[in-house]
Amino acid sequence: MGATLHSALQNLRQTKVWKSIFRRGPANTNRTRSLAVFGNLFLHWLPVKVREKSLRVRASYYLGSISFILFIVLFVTGILLMFYYHPAAPHAYRDMKDLQFVVSNGVFLRNLHRLAAHLMVFAVFWHMFHVFYRGGYKPPHEFNWVIGVVLLLLTLFLSYTGYLLPWDQLAFWAVTVGTNIISAMPIVGDKIRFLLLGGNIVGENALLRFYVLHVVILPLIASLLIGIHFWRVQKDGGLTVKPKGGDGKE
Amino acid sequence: MSDTKDSFVSEAAHTVPGDKEITRRDFLNEITMGALGIAGLGSVAVTYQFFSPNVLFEPPTTFRAGNPDLYPVHSVTFLQDQQVYIVRMPEGFYAVSAVCTHLGCVTQWKPDTEMIACPCHGSKFKSDGTKIEGPAPRPLPHFAISLTADGELLVDKLQNIRPGEVLKV
Repeated sequence: MGATLHSALQNLRQTKVWKSIFRRGPANTNRTRSLAVFGNLFLHWLPVKVREKSLRVRASYYLGSISFILFIVLFVTGILLMFYYHPAAPHAYRDMKDLQFVVSNGVFLRNLHRLAAHLMVFAVFWHMFHVFYRGGYKPPHEFNWVIGVVLLLLTLFLSYTGYLLPWDQLAFWAVTVGTNIISAMPIVGDKIRFLLLGGNIVGENALLRFYVLHVVILPLIASLLIGIHFWRVQKDGGLTVKPKGGDGKE
Repeated sequence: MSDTKDSFVSEAAHTVPGDKEITRRDFLNEITMGALGIAGLGSVAVTYQFFSPNVLFEPPTTFRAGNPDLYPVHSVTFLQDQQVYIVRMPEGFYAVSAVCTHLGCVTQWKPDTEMIACPCHGSKFKSDGTKIEGPAPRPLPHFAISLTADGELLVDKLQNIRPGEVLKV
């Protein structure tokens, strides 16, 4: 059985279609393995070499990956929720209730989205603490640290914009309070609040604006920055590994 | 344009070493960057305009509060839809905002303690809006209150007046 599968795979690799897609021969030497990684859009940002040490599982390990996986979960569940949600009053609240009580598996999706959002805030903070206490912000990683801080802010802003979408009392007052905090900013505060709400009160304009920010603008910026973040992690030599008692340099 | 170019070419030969010479490429680069900069600023401006709504479908800020006889003397009445307290004291009427000056929560009149209290962060005010306890930074504002021709109370929430001014009926 295993031998049949193996030879079938070998035959598949000899076909014209396979060769036209992957273009490389079998990855049997270090050179061809590297070329396979370089020549693939989805893998090219990975490092050519990975230290065994950096793959060791520790209590605080995989936090960045966990944050990313949560982002993917939020992305997928969010798109599914969009099929049943109208960003308008009074539909928004009813749609949220429909998702809970009428739509098949709607409550599962909604809760998954909500839970993943809470966990993502937690994971991103934990990831940041980990990087901070390991000295991961030191050269040559300063710029990536800054991108990480922006990603933290984006995570919080995504949470905040998503908070309004159920259009319930909690959402309304949270956004009323939050946007009043913004208007406490000197000079530009009231203007920013007006632009963010699309008016003077938390109304339908505000709901629509928060929705567009939540489902398009912020995820787009976050995706772009996550790409840069990962790419730089890999180009800077993979995950930070420090020798115990060292000065931060490897 | 052509004059400028010619003068650049002719002067180029006489330029003292160390003087910054503007080549055609520099000139075109600066013109291009300038044009792009102006276009960029313009697009920021029109985008800002686009995001500022010109027409808003928000509740009217002026409202009628009914006949003055509806309000007994020494009373504080909360109008929930308008988020305003109509206060009648022996000296007259005044309208106090019910929106907390801290972060915009709607306050509540507590008749047993005779205080206006905010449920969000615990600010407390007297019935005339004076602050008793923070975190609210300011007292509750008083709105302009007047009588319509047919004798009803009219409150304008966009017009703040000094706390001392009362409407005598």
